[in-house]
Amino acid sequence: MTTELFLHNLQELRHSASLANKVFIQRDYTDGTVCKFQTKFPSELESRIERTLFEDTVKTLNNYYAEAEKIGGQSYLEGCLACLTIYLIFLCIETRYEKVLKNISRYIQEQNEKVYAPRGLLITDPIQRGMRVVSLQSLQTSVCVCECMWSVEAACSSEAVVSPP
Amino acid sequence: MKNHEYQQIDPQALVTPTPTPPPRPLPEHKPRRARRRWEVFPGKNRFCCDGRMIAARQSGVLPLTLGLILLTSGLFFIFDCPFLVKHLTSCIPAIGGVLFVFVIISLLQTSFTDPGILPRATPEEAADIEKQIDNPTGSSSSYRPPPRTKEVVINQQVVKLKYCFTCKIFRPPRTSHCSLCDNCVERFDHHCPWVGNCVGKRNYRFFYTFIISLSFLTAFIFGCVTTHLTLRSQGGNGLVFALQASPASALELVVCFFSVWSILGLSGFHTYLVATNLTTNEDIKGSWSGKSGNEDVGNPYSYNSIIKNCCSVLCGPMPPSLIDRRGFVPSDDSVQTSPVEIELPAAKNDINMVGRAVTSGRPLPRPPVITLQQPAISIQSHSTA
Repeated sequence: MTTELFLHNLQELRHSASLANKVFIQRDYTDGTVCKFQTKFPSELESRIERTLFEDTVKTLNNYYAEAEKIGGQSYLEGCLACLTIYLIFLCIETRYEKVLKNISRYIQEQNEKVYAPRGLLITDPIQRGMRVVSLQSLQTSVCVCECMWSVEAACSSEAVVSPP
Repeated sequence: MKNHEYQQIDPQALVTPTPTPPPRPLPEHKPRRARRRWEVFPGKNRFCCDGRMIAARQSGVLPLTLGLILLTSGLFFIFDCPFLVKHLTSCIPAIGGVLFVFVIISLLQTSFTDPGILPRATPEEAADIEKQIDNPTGSSSSYRPPPRTKEVVINQQVVKLKYCFTCKIFRPPRTSHCSLCDNCVERFDHHCPWVGNCVGKRNYRFFYTFIISLSFLTAFIFGCVTTHLTLRSQGGNGLVFALQASPASALELVVCFFSVWSILGLSGFHTYLVATNLTTNEDIKGSWSGKSGNEDVGNPYSYNSIIKNCCSVLCGPMPPSLIDRRGFVPSDDSVQTSPVEIELPAAKNDINMVGRAVTSGRPLPRPPVITLQQPAISIQSHSTA
């Protein structure tokens, strides 16, 4: 009886938790090793956010990373100067990549405040995940799942005590 | 049996025998020193200066490398330079000094810089990837590719991405798992025991600077010592007299003679790799040389221009370190207890305490949200591809 009740509650929670699972946007390697994320709209977000808003965010992020990794005049200058100083200059100045990463953090924070938080979502900066994924999580359901688990286990422990082994 | 247990239940008597009283108000109340992430880093690495510097756990022969360079250069500056300055020019120690500084600094940078380590996947990411492997979208029913590989088309070339069981990620292109350091390293070149670290995306340019400047230094010292001995043996003195007058030069000569060939060879090899935008790993495995007989295989990462390849490898933007070494570990990660297992044994013995605890809303150990996903992870057990 106790076990059945527990499993039933668990199944209900699993269903609601499928929306609370994090959604991961993986890297797109079709252009080589440059940092680029897939713009394919995940099905889990269909009811949560408009497709165009999501794609805009990912495309802007991709543009930022392309700008950071661009091989052009400025990067050559930086590279040659660094080579002449035996790369000790990296200890003193902020590289262009680091400057762009700061812009990206600012952009993600702004997107979270203006676009994603009103829809109950939160984007995590890819640099915090080793640039492997852009992770999106639901703000509200993750809190609800915690509280539900809490009460289920409290009920379980009290029932387990009452029924003899 | 149950009657026996119920008779034994006595709150006052049973509180004392239990070694750890169950109703702990908070799991970890005493203040713990906040730990930095490098202290809990899963790879086999060594950290210095509170996480500012990183090296492989096995330092390999780095002390030998440093020792040889310092010894040979030291002997050169002490024994050969005074004679050469007197008889030739004072530029010699200046040039030698510049080369020596280049060698030492680039060696230390190669050894103590993060080569491009990829941090391991979080449990949620690993679970998400497992789900995708089991339910591949859009795969045809007739042919299913072997599990744990993914194919990507880069520049009209098919590249296979392998799944790393240790790091629980699909390795990006050109990334390889170093078994000595137990890390996935981006643009993995090789693990160099002479510098005691992997050579990868972030420290390849330091490594290249090191071997080029070391070739110049070795050749320079070899040339200078030969000149020194030649000058001393002039005037009918002979080579033996010269060697007796300056025995340190003999040692330098031997060290430089044996090392200059290998270092020059290595420099030449890496210059070829830089010009073709290849890594040692790819060259050894013959990934793009078409050894399987397929003539269409070529390096998809090459820009097909030597200058552009060199510039992109050596003068490209410096990528950031992806492992957060100096950040702090969040304190709630340390509480990993399974709540149900703790509660039931205590509950069996003491009805009143737990019952009271539940009704009064005593905080039970907070279950991690991940527990719902754990059954999904344990089901998957594919054989390796």
